[in-house]
Amino acid sequence: MNELITKLCQSFGPAGREDKVRSLIIEELEKLHEKFFIDTLGNLVVTKGNQADKKILVAAHMDEIGLMVTFIDENGFLRFTNMGGVFKNILTGMKVIFENGTVGVIGQEKIKEPKELDFDKLYLDIGARTREEAQEKVKIGDTAVFLASFSQEGRRIMAKSLDNRIGCAVVIEALKRLSPLNLPNGVYFVFTVQEEVGLRGARPVSYRLKPHYGLAVDVTRVGDTPEPEFKTSVSLGKGPAVKIKDSSVICHPRVTSLMIEVAGKNNIPYQLEVLEKGGTDAGAIHLAREGIPSGGLSIPCRYIHTPAEMVDLDDVENSVSLLVELLKYSW
Amino acid sequence: MLITELSQIPGVSGDETRVRNFIREKLNLWGIRNHTDSLGNLYACKDGRSSRKEKGLMLSAHMDEVGLMVSSIEKSGHLRFYKVGGINEKALIAKPVRIGPNDILGVIGAKAVHLQKKEEREKALEVDKLYIDIGAKSREDAEKAVKVGDYISFYSEASSFENIVKGKALDNRAGCAALLEILQRDYPFSFTAVFTVQEEVGLRGAGVAAYRVNPRIALVMETTSAADIPEAREQDYSTSLGSGPAFTVKDDSVITHPRILERLIEVAETQKRPYQFRRYGGSFTDAGAISLSGSGAAAGVISTPCRYIHAPVSLLFLEDWQNLVEITDAFIRSVHEKGLEV
Repeated sequence: MNELITKLCQSFGPAGREDKVRSLIIEELEKLHEKFFIDTLGNLVVTKGNQADKKILVAAHMDEIGLMVTFIDENGFLRFTNMGGVFKNILTGMKVIFENGTVGVIGQEKIKEPKELDFDKLYLDIGARTREEAQEKVKIGDTAVFLASFSQEGRRIMAKSLDNRIGCAVVIEALKRLSPLNLPNGVYFVFTVQEEVGLRGARPVSYRLKPHYGLAVDVTRVGDTPEPEFKTSVSLGKGPAVKIKDSSVICHPRVTSLMIEVAGKNNIPYQLEVLEKGGTDAGAIHLAREGIPSGGLSIPCRYIHTPAEMVDLDDVENSVSLLVELLKYSW
Repeated sequence: MLITELSQIPGVSGDETRVRNFIREKLNLWGIRNHTDSLGNLYACKDGRSSRKEKGLMLSAHMDEVGLMVSSIEKSGHLRFYKVGGINEKALIAKPVRIGPNDILGVIGAKAVHLQKKEEREKALEVDKLYIDIGAKSREDAEKAVKVGDYISFYSEASSFENIVKGKALDNRAGCAALLEILQRDYPFSFTAVFTVQEEVGLRGAGVAAYRVNPRIALVMETTSAADIPEAREQDYSTSLGSGPAFTVKDDSVITHPRILERLIEVAETQKRPYQFRRYGGSFTDAGAISLSGSGAAAGVISTPCRYIHAPVSLLFLEDWQNLVEITDAFIRSVHEKGLEV
């Protein structure tokens, strides 16, 4: 699974340009001889289990945050806008990479006070000397993601875009373990697009598939670091989080109580998540059609939306177990 | 000229009736089947010469403009107002407006400059400090002409001179005019055109319209801000007048489907017509609501660049608008001839 996580995290897939991540996941599905289809917006759907019965949509988003080029000046410097929640104050000095492999570093204009810092004071340097030279490599509208290495210390890994490639990895691993079984429920495993720009992929695919329940597998913030910026009781290493609410969804009690029951019966450690700020695909799924009772299985993650997000592999393993046990259960 | 005629018509979000009537008259005149839904979206069914349909192609343009609404009437007979949609407040003072169904004339007033305190002079007055003067002597007097809830639209003469068009509400009457121009032409396939309502207050008409049409591919015809003005830095222009229509790569509501963007570029290059990319990544368009409606649609946006939008008078270059029409024409023909895998 580690190899899969590494591959997924190192892959390029900002919102709206998820093709490479989708291809990687399709490779895995083909190894498992799973059938799949891709919808208009690019969501990847695998259908499994007993379709006559209750159907559950399990969603993990493939996209990551990124930058998009908006302007190239005569000296070859690029200007950019954000794709999703990019923290402008951590960008200076950071390297980014484009789909074609072009690498750049983010520079900052002179500012008097830190609060003046905004995207219009930042630029991207791809080593080009002129506009023409820059245009040979990159054009307006091209997107870039953080360039960051993958590291592991003990049971904890640090990488870019663990939000939400770790969620994709958990779902793929669960699919592997469930593949030989005859599931009591129908399950749609959906790898969604454009979550980071407003939960966009999950909504139309939920409309199309008409599931009875929704479950988003995504990362969640933790509150166990020194003076954390976000208040939450979730800690790294204490098991997957059963989402109670975030700013996009109040999870359906039927789903949360089922998750707690299944975790308890199978001795899987878990924590309860109440997240003040932040949304997940469950927010879009539960409002599709006539309303779909939905929940969230969250993998605790530190430093979300930075080049070094951190998760604990025990949490990952327990998240897979919880998802597998949940889907073996008759909803 | 369609743009200037459309520009003159009052049609603030939720009050698009007169714009819709104007467009409907044209459609009826040209024998184009049309109908209106409960929100006021106007659907035109363009039937091609052959029976072959380009199933799932939808073009759209929003009919509404930003404006104001009467919120209360003072004892003195002056009107207080709310904003409808995003208005440039700095541009409001001393502008003429038309109020309500009877087009009562008024002027947006504020304390005269020599009566203002220093700090009042130094910053733009907020909407709650402004009022509209219709020349009434008392509340009772005013109530004979207007009532709370009446819509208020900017009043400015639309005109064109050589390459320049100026007027209110070019966002998005320029888009409506372009869509009408397309509808007048002959195509060997059928498609649906929708003139939507309430875009400026949150893309409200378009989502409903897309649910009804259920398109596979949608192209939104819009008008977008150009900031190619003194004191702005080139990277902050967003778009420039005279550089052709702007293609949106992303805004706050949509990431244009890559296949649509590629095809727009391809047809513009083939036709040797100028185009530019919208450089500002923010703001919202109907494409956002359309792309997420039903099971989802591939959506894109093509816009005429325009200076001073969301203000009482805006200005665009006719050549950009003409290029927008021709690129859109080539785009839909190309989608029909070569297909478009999404």
